[in-house]
Amino acid sequence: MGLLDKQFNNSNVIITSLDGLLNWARLSSLWQMQFGLACCAIEMMAAAASNYDFDRFGVIPRATPRQSDVMIVAGTVTLKMASRIKRLYDQMSEPRYVISMGSCSNCGGPYWEHGYHVLKGVDRVIPVDVYVPGCPPRPEALMEGLIKLQEKIRSSSLVKKSA
Amino acid sequence: MSEILTPPLKTSTGRTLRTEEMVVNMGPQHPSTHGVLRLELVVDGEIVVDVIPHIGYLHRCFEKHSEAMTNYQQVIPYCDRLDYLASMNMDWGYALAVEKLLAIQVPERVEYIRVIMAELQRIASHLIALGTYGLDVGAFTPFLFMFRDRERILDLFEMTCGARLLYNYIWVGGVSHDLPPGFIDKARAFCKYFRPNIKECNDLLTFNEIFIKRTANVGVLPREVAIAYACSGPMLRGSGVDFDLRRDDPYGIYNKFQWNVVTGKGEVGTVGDCWDRYMVRVREMEQSLDIIEQALDQIPDGDVQSSIPKRIRPNPGDVYVRTESPRGEIGFYIISDGSQTPYRVKARSPAFVNLSVCPEICRGSMIADVVAIVGSIDIVLGEIDR
Amino acid sequence: MTPQEISEKLKAKFSDAVVETKLEGVLDPYLKIQPARLLEAAAFLCDEDDLQFDYLMCLSGVDYSKGILGVVYHCYSMTKGHKITIKVDVPAEKPDVPSVASVWPTANWHEREAYDLFGIRFAGHPDLRRILLPEDWDGYPLRKDYKVPEFYQGMKVPY
Repeated sequence: MGLLDKQFNNSNVIITSLDGLLNWARLSSLWQMQFGLACCAIEMMAAAASNYDFDRFGVIPRATPRQSDVMIVAGTVTLKMASRIKRLYDQMSEPRYVISMGSCSNCGGPYWEHGYHVLKGVDRVIPVDVYVPGCPPRPEALMEGLIKLQEKIRSSSLVKKSA
Repeated sequence: MSEILTPPLKTSTGRTLRTEEMVVNMGPQHPSTHGVLRLELVVDGEIVVDVIPHIGYLHRCFEKHSEAMTNYQQVIPYCDRLDYLASMNMDWGYALAVEKLLAIQVPERVEYIRVIMAELQRIASHLIALGTYGLDVGAFTPFLFMFRDRERILDLFEMTCGARLLYNYIWVGGVSHDLPPGFIDKARAFCKYFRPNIKECNDLLTFNEIFIKRTANVGVLPREVAIAYACSGPMLRGSGVDFDLRRDDPYGIYNKFQWNVVTGKGEVGTVGDCWDRYMVRVREMEQSLDIIEQALDQIPDGDVQSSIPKRIRPNPGDVYVRTESPRGEIGFYIISDGSQTPYRVKARSPAFVNLSVCPEICRGSMIADVVAIVGSIDIVLGEIDR
Repeated sequence: MTPQEISEKLKAKFSDAVVETKLEGVLDPYLKIQPARLLEAAAFLCDEDDLQFDYLMCLSGVDYSKGILGVVYHCYSMTKGHKITIKVDVPAEKPDVPSVASVWPTANWHEREAYDLFGIRFAGHPDLRRILLPEDWDGYPLRKDYKVPEFYQGMKVPY
């Protein structure tokens, strides 16, 4: 029995760890960078519209990378665009996450075989946290990807784990 | 913004301002450029002196892919991804071109299904165009309302072929699935539901004073310039040119329906300004509803897959076929060398040609007007860059 | 006007420049013209009262293999409603075609694309540079003998 164990009767007090609080705060208000490249961008917009509302997860589209937490790379990444994506990723402030949405940004998609100008997967230039498959993924699939990202954040920690 | 402003400007006391030109970069990541478009604006203060569009950030090698496919039908999913907001129209254009090379006729039921799908897709595409245009000039609510209506159309498409955005539905010689039971009633219910919503859209956005101030007399495209730059679709009709491929270079069975071609008349500003192009799209949605209702009444029975050829091997030759997509004239130039693989497929994209007139009409406007003008051109980078 | 009449009018003025005519047995009747006289022929098609081809529907580059590149012009008249196709062939070692951007302003971007993907140089073009691919790209991808590069700016290109 500890000093403070089961001492509080009414439930006005929440006990948590700093990790848990920080993670809960971060995953509940992931502001996304409005970064639609191609067809998947339309499904991203549909996910943010009223039928499959994204706002109930705390996700608001922001225009600038400097004020956003998550970059949803939606669409085909071409070689011409890749250096700009790297630059935008560098402009985001930490903690930052990347969701790769759609087959094209996962692995090159339908253009994997003969696309001379298509980057076969955005993870060749930036680190990706969650991959959402589909061509294009349904808005529900994107939401599942977001929830998976939230689980990943929930289990992250301020303490660096030793090897 | 009712005159074209030219530097140098004078202050109210008569002193001429000395200004220098500056290059402002818009994009490729920008909330208002509708995709990965980069506009290099040369500005003198707030007045735009020149606009240099840079495209190619979404060049996905469509033409090289179509030369590498083993079958003409395998190119159809790539055609979907050209203009991803109007996939049915893209598929239809390509299928028409190959059918012309093969000289085959499709059954009548297939023609009716194709028209219904193409017109539903036209409404869905215009809804996005208008919704995002409102978003560009600052109105968030019409965007949400139009996406709500668009979801109804996507439900209809999902019922038929299983996909919401990229359908692979219209094949060479037919369509991939027949209309499911219940489709016709649901489509009729949609038409009945949607017609009053166009009035709602007009109340919210079209006759809104702020919207009119942002778009009237902005980006005026004169008739001769539109024809010289080969603009098509609402861009051309907004400038008062009475030309619609569905009536003037006919394909399919559009001649069986009663409908009107909508042109811009300069009701709140000059003929050919952004408001006119916007209004052409709103009115075209009404005309599409008319066509769909008539097609649903007249559609016959039949087999939709009977004329899909087992092996597509056209005679050597080339053909150029153009159809009316929501953005304008989508043309496919296909060269066949007699084998099962296309030799060359060139997609003439309407947004590519419409965007080339942007430097002409943006000169002398302000930076905020450039956003309104690019929104009224209604570009889709997938088909510009192919 | 029928394709016969259009082709007669063109041949009357440019009898030495028309290399080939095919009006029967093809879906799109066409005339093949020598590159040197192309600009004059384009201006004639656009300005002549009976023809008035004021709308250039499409301009495509083609690689016919065997060392020949080509450009195909699909022209339409808004006022008269007739169409015609003009083709031009050039050798792949020296692909020089006069630019028709002064006749049809829409050809500006189309020619830039043909230069970008095929390497066809358009003489007299106001701004001939790559439009779809990056400025420092090597090679002309839509040619039949194109080899995909292994790396571009440190990124691996093939899968």
